[in-house]
Amino acid sequence: MENTKTAWERLALVHTKGRPTIRDYIPLIFTDFYEMHGDRLYGDDHAVIGGIARLEGKPVTIIAQVKGRDLNENKDCNFAMPLPEGYRKALRLAKQAEKFHRPVICFIDTPGAYAGMAAEERGQGEAIAKNIAEFMTLRTPIISIVLGEGGSGGALALGVCDELAMLENAQYSVVSPRGFASILWKDASREEEACNIMQVTADDMVRLGVAETIIEEPLGGAHNDLDKISENIKEYLSLKIEEKCQKDIDELLKARYTKFRKIGEFTE
Amino acid sequence: MFDDFFKVVKYRFNGGEEEESAPSIKCPRCQSNIPVERYEELHRVCPNCNYHGRLSARERIAITFDKGSFEEFDKDMISCDPINFPDYTEKQAELRETTGLNDAIVTGTALIKGRRAVVGIMDSRYMMASMGSVVGEKIARAFEYATENNLPVVMFTASGGARMQEGIVSLMQMAKTSGAVKLHSDSGGLYITVLTDPTTGGVTASFASLGDIIIAEPKILIGFAGRRVIESTMKQRLPEDFQLAEFMQQKGFVDMIVDRKKMRSTLSKLIAMHTNDRKEV
Repeated sequence: MENTKTAWERLALVHTKGRPTIRDYIPLIFTDFYEMHGDRLYGDDHAVIGGIARLEGKPVTIIAQVKGRDLNENKDCNFAMPLPEGYRKALRLAKQAEKFHRPVICFIDTPGAYAGMAAEERGQGEAIAKNIAEFMTLRTPIISIVLGEGGSGGALALGVCDELAMLENAQYSVVSPRGFASILWKDASREEEACNIMQVTADDMVRLGVAETIIEEPLGGAHNDLDKISENIKEYLSLKIEEKCQKDIDELLKARYTKFRKIGEFTE
Repeated sequence: MFDDFFKVVKYRFNGGEEEESAPSIKCPRCQSNIPVERYEELHRVCPNCNYHGRLSARERIAITFDKGSFEEFDKDMISCDPINFPDYTEKQAELRETTGLNDAIVTGTALIKGRRAVVGIMDSRYMMASMGSVVGEKIARAFEYATENNLPVVMFTASGGARMQEGIVSLMQMAKTSGAVKLHSDSGGLYITVLTDPTTGGVTASFASLGDIIIAEPKILIGFAGRRVIESTMKQRLPEDFQLAEFMQQKGFVDMIVDRKKMRSTLSKLIAMHTNDRKEV
């Protein structure tokens, strides 16, 4: 792995045109993918896709945030910024997975939940909160992987899991570096400085107890060898899904709660 | 960012020759000037538009719970500096001094007209009541205590959202608190949220939206994203009432809007309806 890059350089890599998206990964990691649409309440959000597929022959549920590979795709998926119905679709599919005892695999890749009037009117906060709470006690294994950007509550809504992995150059943050600079310093142009002090890299996540594993990217980044990065992800998933499926579900849920319960630094 | 929310202005009587003036406050909703003395008498409710202003945690405790019944949890808990953010430690020391608080929430148990509940009250004077390690830990412990002791929980929320200065650690408090709420809920516990001005960001997207019953004070702000962020994304002006309690009730996210003067009796009656004994309150 390359250890010399700054957080800002890694963010540039994540934003490189040609960085693989979930649409590239699915055919190389899974077989028999059947996409399922809609939240059964309002509509079908294209920023989140989901469905069932086989991983090494075993049925799994896939829930993923979708980045576009060009402008048209990005318009269609709203630049991977989900609306409440995207999160509600995710929850519907997670519940379906629970019913049929299928493990859930979440792929996180979003700058954040969509900030707009439609999102507020339909309860963006409620949708995210509900996912976080429900995923915490979902009685089936959940593995989440941050593919590129994991921005704020919009990422966490797919991030309550038994184990979190980060692609080597991926980032996870409380808000985008631009938002951070804008909120704290009232100056969005200081985003590079923000990015480098926020502690957002895969290494930071492991050190802070947020992630367990870093999945190695090919030299220069995931876009340089799609087959290789897909193989690395598949290898990780196969191993983890097998491991988590063997655990007693009540033990698994206890460990899931504890994972999040112990994050925080305070003195008394 | 909200420090200058309430601008104290000089109120001039008729602009008369003598120019007598008394300190007054401008209501952030209807812009009318309210003499400070009157505003305090009304427990910070605008006499003109009924906007319910911000209270400190101590003031909220005094008007909501039975006298002397509040027993505080985790009084001495203070935050560390998980991402070594410049000046964060100093800023906190200063705020502890000026507000008398150790962080943005006070938790404990209290009686509400004789009904015992686990309670939490957020205080916007402390870093806009943003949620970091201490807020997250105190809320998680409060819910765990309530679960173990079979008690209802009442949370008075107010927050600008996650505490940026704690980076990703603050985001994870959303999972920690929501998880604790869920376990309390699964054990059959009652959870009432009282949304107060303003409840936004990561707090709206976690424990504030998970109440069995969601109450809001009149005219307060409730939202996920900030108004300015939305206006800049959409490049259009939003309606005046956007994200106010009444708007959010219309959209289906608030059960009831309750005046401050009726909050104590409302909470007590709701709690009574979720307990088995038949004592009328």
